[in-house]
Amino acid sequence: MIEARPGLSPPAQAGAGQINLNWGVLPALYLGIAAELRLALRSRADIAEPLIFFVIVASLFPLGVGADPERLAALGGGALWVCGLLAVLLSLPRLYARDALNGTLEQLLLSPYPLPALAGARIAAHWLLTGFPLALLAPVLGLSFGLGSHSLFLLFGTILLGTPVLSMIGAVGAALALGARASSVLVALLVLPLYIPVLVFGAGAIEAQQAGVDFAGPLLILGAMALAGTVLAPLAAAAALRIALD
Amino acid sequence: MTWAPPEGAALEVAALRCERGTAVLFENLGFTLCAREALIVLGPNGSGKTSLLRILAGVSAARAGRILWRGVPRMRPDPSQRRELLYLGHTVPLRDELSVVENLALQLALDGVSRARAELLKGLQDVGLLEARDLPARHLSAGQRRRLGLARVGLAERTLWLLDEPATGLDAAGIAFLEVLLQTHLAAGGLAVLTSHQPLSLGAAARSFSL
Repeated sequence: MIEARPGLSPPAQAGAGQINLNWGVLPALYLGIAAELRLALRSRADIAEPLIFFVIVASLFPLGVGADPERLAALGGGALWVCGLLAVLLSLPRLYARDALNGTLEQLLLSPYPLPALAGARIAAHWLLTGFPLALLAPVLGLSFGLGSHSLFLLFGTILLGTPVLSMIGAVGAALALGARASSVLVALLVLPLYIPVLVFGAGAIEAQQAGVDFAGPLLILGAMALAGTVLAPLAAAAALRIALD
Repeated sequence: MTWAPPEGAALEVAALRCERGTAVLFENLGFTLCAREALIVLGPNGSGKTSLLRILAGVSAARAGRILWRGVPRMRPDPSQRRELLYLGHTVPLRDELSVVENLALQLALDGVSRARAELLKGLQDVGLLEARDLPARHLSAGQRRRLGLARVGLAERTLWLLDEPATGLDAAGIAFLEVLLQTHLAAGGLAVLTSHQPLSLGAAARSFSL
């Protein structure tokens, strides 16, 4: 098996800027995502927490606002979006907290792999474990609001498209709040203003569809946010981690 | 095939200054460390030993001063410099849910070192954790966690070791293993900077200074 052996390559001079694919972004992404998913399999209760929160709140909602089918259907998209957003918010403090305590974050910083790639892997794993299952659950819970089949499909689509943005913004916020006292409150304060546009366009698309208006606009904006975040969030999260550990 | 650190390694530190809050922990700190040399940093609690190691690792930034690795100035190490550097903090970075051997494999993968399972098990045997290899890390004692940290140090193929309190929690056999590990590393041409409250016998290669 031929593998990169750090010591066998001649020591590089500063500024030599060698490109060695063994130390590239893709292996780092694979390594990071695989490690996070394996950890998640071992601590399923942690992963289930935001999902259970989502199911509980979303199923209490119809009981609280009354059984008027029209009002429920009108509320449904927005209510499920708010529940999903809060579920993601609930999962954020755990994103780095334990690794900060046991010193794993410092090792990420000192790994020869690029830190933005490792940070990006963590964001991707976070989305796979919270946003993606939320998108799968949302249409099921949408049934209890009496949403039509088109609305249910759009609910799935907007949450699938919007939750990556929530994970990306959240990862930057959680990294910035590392080491602060009452950090979960701080994360919420940092992150919520940036979550509002995602909520407005996500829930707005469903509202537009229900009103019979063209809903491509909000969807395209959600997609644009997801694309911009994919490029920027790993860099921002890496910078935030460097600051937090300094 | 045994790995040896590449030739010509040297760590130079000049006029280093570190502040924490409003307190100046140390200033005008300087030393030169060549291959086959170890530096033991002594000093009372809170004197900045950990801060010094974190600055040398590039995790935190010094307020002033210079660090030269192989004659090249750096503060934050670039990827090729990180491939020569190993930092073990005063807590061993372990994921509690993963088993001993999984933790070792994951940490080495993060270090960019690929090792066959037989080599991992050999490393665990050296530190006396072979029987515990499938135990989740949360069941390990403090000394066992430290031993697992040392297993990684032995397998990671790094030139410069920065070890923060590597002897803490170790029993007599563990400390003897640590001494042999360090002596072997130095004899092969490596460098080490470590803090310790216990006396470690590293031979003539080790200098010590007090913060």
